[in-house]
Amino acid sequence: MFNNIMVPVDLAHLETLEPALSVVADLAKQYDAHITYVSVTANTPTSVARTPQEYEQKLEAFAQERHKVHGQPVSSKVYSSTDPMANIDTLLEKAIDEVGADLVMMATHLPRHLDIVMPSHGGKVATHTNASVFLIRLAQ
Amino acid sequence: MDKTPKNEPDEPVSEGIPAPDGPANLIDTDYVIGQDNITTNAMGLNLDLHGKVFSISAIIVLLFVVLTLALQDTIAPIYDAIFGFLTGNLAWFFILAANIFVILCIGLIFSPLGKIRIGGADAKPDFTYMGWFSMLFAAGMGIGLMFFGVNEPLTHFGSSFDGGSWAPLAGAEGNAAAAEALAMAATIFHWGLHPWAIYAVVALSLALFSFNKGLPLSMRSVFYPLLGERVWGWPGHVIDILAVFATLFGLATSLGLGATQAAAGLTYLFGAPESDITMILLIIGITMIAIGSIVAGVDKGVQLLSKINIILAAMLLFFVIAVGPTLMIATGFFENLWNYAVHLPALSNPFGREDANFSQGWTAFYWAWWISWSPYVGMFIARVSRGRTVREFLVSVMLVPSTVSVLWMTTFGGTAIDQYVSQGIEAVRDAGVDLQLFIMLEQLPLSQITSFVAIVLVIVFFVTSSDSGSLVIDSITAGGKVDAPTPQRVFWAIIEGAIAIALLLGGGLTALQTMAVSTGFPFTIILLVACYAIIKGLMSEPKAV
Repeated sequence: MFNNIMVPVDLAHLETLEPALSVVADLAKQYDAHITYVSVTANTPTSVARTPQEYEQKLEAFAQERHKVHGQPVSSKVYSSTDPMANIDTLLEKAIDEVGADLVMMATHLPRHLDIVMPSHGGKVATHTNASVFLIRLAQ
Repeated sequence: MDKTPKNEPDEPVSEGIPAPDGPANLIDTDYVIGQDNITTNAMGLNLDLHGKVFSISAIIVLLFVVLTLALQDTIAPIYDAIFGFLTGNLAWFFILAANIFVILCIGLIFSPLGKIRIGGADAKPDFTYMGWFSMLFAAGMGIGLMFFGVNEPLTHFGSSFDGGSWAPLAGAEGNAAAAEALAMAATIFHWGLHPWAIYAVVALSLALFSFNKGLPLSMRSVFYPLLGERVWGWPGHVIDILAVFATLFGLATSLGLGATQAAAGLTYLFGAPESDITMILLIIGITMIAIGSIVAGVDKGVQLLSKINIILAAMLLFFVIAVGPTLMIATGFFENLWNYAVHLPALSNPFGREDANFSQGWTAFYWAWWISWSPYVGMFIARVSRGRTVREFLVSVMLVPSTVSVLWMTTFGGTAIDQYVSQGIEAVRDAGVDLQLFIMLEQLPLSQITSFVAIVLVIVFFVTSSDSGSLVIDSITAGGKVDAPTPQRVFWAIIEGAIAIALLLGGGLTALQTMAVSTGFPFTIILLVACYAIIKGLMSEPKAV
């Protein structure tokens, strides 16, 4: 069913992603799928990396670490942007095409009133792609 | 491509940190961006703020607003006295410093350092020339050109022709041609190379230290060559807080005063009621569009609005050129460039000036004004300039906008002077500064349409200031992060609008603006340090091939 799972990750908030990551691993094993970890980062220095290239390096290291955990083939891709907060949805949609993902699995928060004006990234990506999207609710 | 940074022996690059795109020379520091930040998730809102910079800025902002509202009559003279002292006694300092900025920028264009690329030797620009130029122009001076394009040339012409004490370079009493030449030269002087060099110095230093050296996009980073690791402590906090103060009050007071001017235009053109309600609705409207723009982001919000703005402004400009005194404007453009060049040495002379009213009241005022805006404009320009070489950057940030300013001033100012001198129309000269543009347009065909376009331009220029300003304040108060949660940007845009409305109703807009412009003095010192930092930073960069 699924050959290539794309997983958007933010290395700055890794701790909140843990539950989602294990679901990704389970599903990837079940379908024997390739996993691509994707990040959108600022092209200015951030708390994770001082250059987009350093971020790439760290994401690749993260992907390899995950590979050791679940054993599925992995790759990583970083998009750097002038305004990552505003462009993340568009860049993730672009990533789905470039990566050739047939399933996107991403962590998202619980529904809230603010979503009316600022929809969640997961919700927004799901409305703009042909790929399947699996949103994993994070416990509060 | 060899991605290994070429290190200076005394400035080792952190192990394991790859350079930006292609060779660059990162500064080795243990500081982690956002390490002093407070993050919280209150009421479903994520926040990520620099604890000290945000809280102290917020307290100071609140304090100044309350003080200005409560003790207006007492405090306004104090602000005026501070500013009067600065421009009166330190005019030479402002004028000298601005000259240094121009010389540095022009020198860099021609030096081999001009080949260095912002973001590393292989970095690619994020924006097209059109998008980039629109943003830096709209952020830099758009709004001022709307009001002062007609007013300033006319005012200088009047004082030069009458031989008043406010005339630039002692004026040209009774000689209309010489007075016009002097008026245009003086206006272009205030809107040409010097202001753009001021912006360029801040923008280049920030871009260099952020994209090539790996430091946070914040004013304090420029001080790294001077203060070293101490910039992450209190000296750095103070610099950033000052930048927030100047930007927030500069924007809020301009928004308030701009709303008054736009409302005057609306009243004059469409008979809109001249009341507080009109102005408050304008401020709310501008703030709402600005919020939409910052949520959409730099690419899809600010860039789009800036492009619309520049296209509208170009249409208005070419319309006036076409239906106004076309030949006079065409020849005037070159004459004014020549007048500017001829008078530049005398106008920019910092010492022994005999036209004290002009050099202190106009030039020093303008320089303080531009410099107080420079953290905001500079930081915004820096953010969108990755991938440009230093030479390309300086030509685009300094020479191109200066040329546009000359054309704009020649067109609007020249047409107004022509209407007054050749056609004997005195209405333009006698009108208030907020109406002069509309009265000048009224003498030309299709004035209903052009005036409407002008009003729209004024409003959209305010939006582009408000949105890019909120982005800048947000990034400074988030410790240099540009990826802080979106509601924070919205917060700053709302605060700007709220301060503008509070001061509009309670009084004190002009007073607080005076105080905001006074920050031009400490920032002049900061900019001089930036000059040193630029040279030091560029010298340690590997040259682009």
